Order: sequence, then structure tokens, then C-alpha cells
Amino acid sequence: MFDGYTSSELMSIFAMQGFAGLSLFSVFVLMALGLAIIFGQMGVINMAHGEFMILGAYTTYLTSGFFQLYLPGLFGGYFFVAMILAFLICSALGALVEWLMIRHLYHRPLDTLLATWGLSLIMQQAYRSIFGAREVGVDLPEWMMGAFSVTDLVELPINGLFVMIIALSTAVAVYLLMYRSGYGKKVRAVVQNRPMAEAVGVNSAGIDRATFALGSGIAGIAGAAFTMIGSTGPSSGQAYIVDTFLVVVFGGAQSLIGTIVSAFGISQAQSTMEFFLSGSMAKVLTLLVVVGILMLRPEGLMALKVRR
Amino acid sequence: MKSLSPLKWFASREGLYYLALVLLLVAVLPLVLGPFRLNMVGKYLTYAFVAIGLVMCWGKAGILSLGQGVFFGLGGYSMAMFLKLEASSPEATAIQSTPGIPDFMDWNQRTELPWFWEPFNSFSFTVIAIVGVPVLLAFIIGFAMFTRRVGGVYFAIITQAIAAILTILIIGQQGYTGGVNGITDLQTLMGWDIRSDASKNTLYFVTVGLLFLCLFVARMVQNRKLGRILVAMNAQETRVRFSGYDVAAFKIFVFCLAAAFAGIGGAMFTLIVGFMSPSFIGIVASIEMVIFCALGGRLSILGAVYGALLVNAAKSGFSETFPELWPFAMGALFIGVVLAFPNGLAGLYQNYVMPLEDRLFKRSKPELKTAAEPVATRPSAEKADNYDPMTNTCSPEKS
Repeated sequence: MFDGYTSSELMSIFAMQGFAGLSLFSVFVLMALGLAIIFGQMGVINMAHGEFMILGAYTTYLTSGFFQLYLPGLFGGYFFVAMILAFLICSALGALVEWLMIRHLYHRPLDTLLATWGLSLIMQQAYRSIFGAREVGVDLPEWMMGAFSVTDLVELPINGLFVMIIALSTAVAVYLLMYRSGYGKKVRAVVQNRPMAEAVGVNSAGIDRATFALGSGIAGIAGAAFTMIGSTGPSSGQAYIVDTFLVVVFGGAQSLIGTIVSAFGISQAQSTMEFFLSGSMAKVLTLLVVVGILMLRPEGLMALKVRR
Repeated sequence: MKSLSPLKWFASREGLYYLALVLLLVAVLPLVLGPFRLNMVGKYLTYAFVAIGLVMCWGKAGILSLGQGVFFGLGGYSMAMFLKLEASSPEATAIQSTPGIPDFMDWNQRTELPWFWEPFNSFSFTVIAIVGVPVLLAFIIGFAMFTRRVGGVYFAIITQAIAAILTILIIGQQGYTGGVNGITDLQTLMGWDIRSDASKNTLYFVTVGLLFLCLFVARMVQNRKLGRILVAMNAQETRVRFSGYDVAAFKIFVFCLAAAFAGIGGAMFTLIVGFMSPSFIGIVASIEMVIFCALGGRLSILGAVYGALLVNAAKSGFSETFPELWPFAMGALFIGVVLAFPNGLAGLYQNYVMPLEDRLFKRSKPELKTAAEPVATRPSAEKADNYDPMTNTCSPEKS
């Protein structure tokens, strides 16, 4: 498939596609982080995670509309307000969902899959009723438009870079929260041995709710970031959900580094192959390889070695 | 459970539930419904095959597959490929630039039949493929996953990814598969027109027959030691393994069984609906298949049939009148079934209707109790609308 390209052209193609892959990587990282901490903590897969992300995206859309109408002078900064709002709204909804639904199902993880799928159907249809079936986009602030030219063949769009910075800083924040804070210590204690953690006074139900809310909130940030690089429709979340699951599982369920590495690998493979093959075949090949590797190595890339 | 002679079995409580279903599908529905509605019921019944497989696989053995649509689709596409080749004879396709190949291939500038289409010229190969291809794929997936002790949520996600892969592949490879439109314009099966009302009627009864065949096989599996091991595996996998059973082999078996049922259902679906497209096999369709099983009762093979009928009937009903409300109803159904009544309709029937039956039963004919007792205490409950405990028979008029 590399026939007919000179080596310098190939290098530029890889660089450009690699950067295009980095936008995908950012979305994967942001979505997978939220999913991974929920999955790692409670063994629960939230099928409505994509819809939480879209909720964040719609929040951003509404915020940008609000700023355009009432605070046009501050329009350049609306994104940061939107991101915080998206985080708050999504984590509040996440806590509510955990309280109403998930906490009753912890001993039945497969049923959680089905119940959250039901939730995702309801949320999708709600978006369709409220915002319409058409995709909506936000206006980017002035400073986010344009591109850096690295060489004359390679250009890096600023909004893509910005989204990547958000993704990486969120990842760092999650890392610090999980490994350098009292809350994180409790989370890890509950993951390793729930009864013992409870015995020494950790409120495991509270930790569960906080973790679910945090994961949902990160999905909200993912949604806010997503509006910077694409338009939002009621079912945009579903388009990413399977890939995100695979990212989480492929990375190893309880490993944050693994999640990031696998998000990088999957997004890069997909976008590089997209240049040479059709988009659908690139996706099929990537998914096939991931599923194949998972069949041979079901614990994922970087599994936490624990005795079971 | 002691095996009863067939006659006694039909007089037992379980036998009566089966009899009720036979009467419903063979007599009541064909008499009450017109040809169009009956054809739709036939379509719903093809999903019941998948639901029965899911009862065995998910309800009994605890393996949740979110990719049953894959097997349904493989069976359906096998049948569709055979029918399409029959519909694309060189005479019928003389206006194409390459006569003798399916029309969508011609539109996509293919000039010869791809190699994997060739064997589907043969009907016997097609019949084998309808069951064989899904079972082979299920075996590969099951072997790879279960021997490495992958289960639970991981398995669900990987099967879902496989459903996604197959859908994207079919949509992307339009020249080989018909793309997003699927394989359409199917006309005859070995010269027999499948589109007329009479043949649709016949296809309905063939589907019902095959459904009872699958029910019979599933019932046989669940009532033997094999079925007990599946249930035990679900509850205490390690203990079963330490008792010397090869857990992986049993899981592979039940997954392949479910795949075979789904393949048969898919093939009948193609015949009844007259086309096959990727929208019936993707992620969304595959998860919907789980709700058929969950609503009916994940432990009850008869419940699965009712679940498939009810959900699909509700879906058509909603889509005709309030299409925008259906996703809400479907979502609420998923949440409600899981949170409020995890054993589905069969569980409700067992909890609320069966005690009622028992009371009436004992009062009228106490001597029958001993015959019915082993069946009545079985963990799975079956549902019948028209069971009459007073006369100990089923009368279709009662329902």
C-alpha cells in the first residue's frame, strides 16, 4: 500500500495523519479516562457514557450561544466556563444515576450494561426531542482558529492542539487525584479489597458514588472538548462508544497508563491506515487487530498483577 | 426430573404450557390475523430463535453476548446470498454489463462473482452454512475467550465489538455485500416464489415448526445433566471446575448452540422479510435481542418466545403511532426489566399466577398434584395465557 510514494512524502503523510490521529486520541483519552475509572473501581461498564459526553457537548453549545447573546466581549473565554459547567452538570447527573440505578446493580455487572443501555436510549431520544436530529456546532473563538506550520507540508490546527492539551492535563489531574490524594487512596483501597477497606472505615458506597460522578464529569469535559473538533448530534456518542470500550479493555482495566497507551495506539493505527485504505476498512482492521490481541491476551496491555 | 411418557408429559403443567404456545401459534394467531399481520408475527418469531439461544447462553450459563446479531446476520446473509444468486440468473440480469452476477455487484463495477459467493449456488451448501458459519465463528470466539477464562463484561464488550466490525465491514464492502442497503430483491427459493401470500403463510408455519424444534433441543439441554452443569457454572464456576468439569468446553458448547439458533432465525428472517441488511445485525439490533430474552424471562425458553413477540409487536405498534416515543419506552423497558423484575414475565408469572393456579389446582383435583409437583418446583417458570386449571386443559377461547 505504500507504492508510489517517496519516502519524504510518506514521512509527511505519517506526520499529518499522525496529527489527525491525535485529535481522535484526545477524544479517546477523555472518554476512556472516565470509563476506565468507573470500570476499574466498580467493574461496571456505563453504556450511556457516550450520552454523558454528548450532554457535555450540548452544554458547551448552549454556553457558547449564551455568551454570543449576552456577553460577546468575553466570547474568547466561554470555553473554560463551558468546560466547568459540563463537568458539573454531567457529574451531578452521574451521581443521580448512580443513586437511582447503578448502586442496586453492583452485584450484577451484566445487568448494569443493559440498564445503562436503556438510559442511553432515553438520553439520545431526549436530545433528539430537545435539540432536534440535526447536528449542531459551536463557533470557535478567534484564538482557536488557524494552524501552526511546522514544515511546508505539515500543518497543525490550533483547536486540535488545544483539545490535546485538555486531554493530557485531564489525564495528569486524574493521575494526581488517584495516586496523590486521600480520595485516591480510598479508591485504590476499595478496588483492592472492598470488605477490608470498609472495615477500616472507608465509606465504600460514598466512594462509589464519587467515582461514578467523577467519571461522568470527565465525560462532560470530553464532550466540551469534542465540540472544538466536530459537530454534535444526538447519536454522536454512540459512534465512539465501542472504540472507547475497546480502548479501556485493551489498555488493561485498572491501569491509567495502559488506557492512554492503548488510546494512542488505536487512534494512530486507525488514522494512519485511513490514508491508505478506505475509512471503513481502516476501522475494521484496527478493531480486528485489537479484538485479536484481546483474545490472545485478555488482561490487556498493562494489567495490574493481582491475586484473585 | 423423571422422564414422563409423552402423553403424561402433555398433561403435566409444563406440557400444558407448551400446548398453549402451540395452539397460540398454530391455531389462534393464523385464524385471527390477516396475511400481512401473520407475516409480521413470523418475522417476530425469527427473533425468538435468538432469544431462546440467549436464554441458554446468558440466562442459564451466565454468558452475555451482545453480538448475537452477528450470528443472526450470518445465517440471514447465507440465505440471502443463495436467493440473490438464484434471482441473478444470466437471463434475468441480461441488461447488466456483466449478466449473471447480483445487481449491486454490477453497479459497483465488479465483473465476476467473488470466490466466497460461489458455493452459495448450491442449496445444500447454503443449508449447512446457515448453521455452520455462525457455529464456526462462535467456536473460534468461544475457544479463544473461554479457554483463557474471559467472561462477564469483557466477553460482552468483545462480542459487541465483533458486531461493530461485521457491520462496518458489510457496509464498507458494498461491491461484495450490497452495502448499507443489504441484499434486496429476493424472489424465489428453488423456483418457489417467496413473495406470494400463500408462500408467506407456508413460511410462517415452517418458522413455527423450526421454532418448536429449537425449543425441543433447548429443553432437552436444560433438563439433562448438561443443563444443570451450565446453571451450576453460572453460580459457582470455580466449584464446577474443581469438580472435574471442563468449564470452557461447556461454555463453548452453549455459545455455539445459541449461535446455531440465531443462524436459523436469521435464515428464516431473510425468507420472511425478503431481504437482509446490516441494520438487523449491528450493535443496536444485537442489544435489542437481549431485551427480548430479558423481558420474557432470562431463565425461561418459553418466556423468550413471548418476549420476542411482545417487544416486537410493541415496537411496530409504537412505530406506527408515536415513533418518537419508542426509544423512551425501550429504554424504560431495559431499566425496568433489570431493576424491577430481573426474571422477566416468566418470573412474574411464577410468583403471582402460579400460586393462584396451585390453589385452584389443589381444590379441584388434589390427586394431580403429585404428577405436577416436580415440574412446578422447577426453577424456570413458563407462561401460558390460556391455561385452564379447572379442566386441566388448554382452551384457546379462554385467552
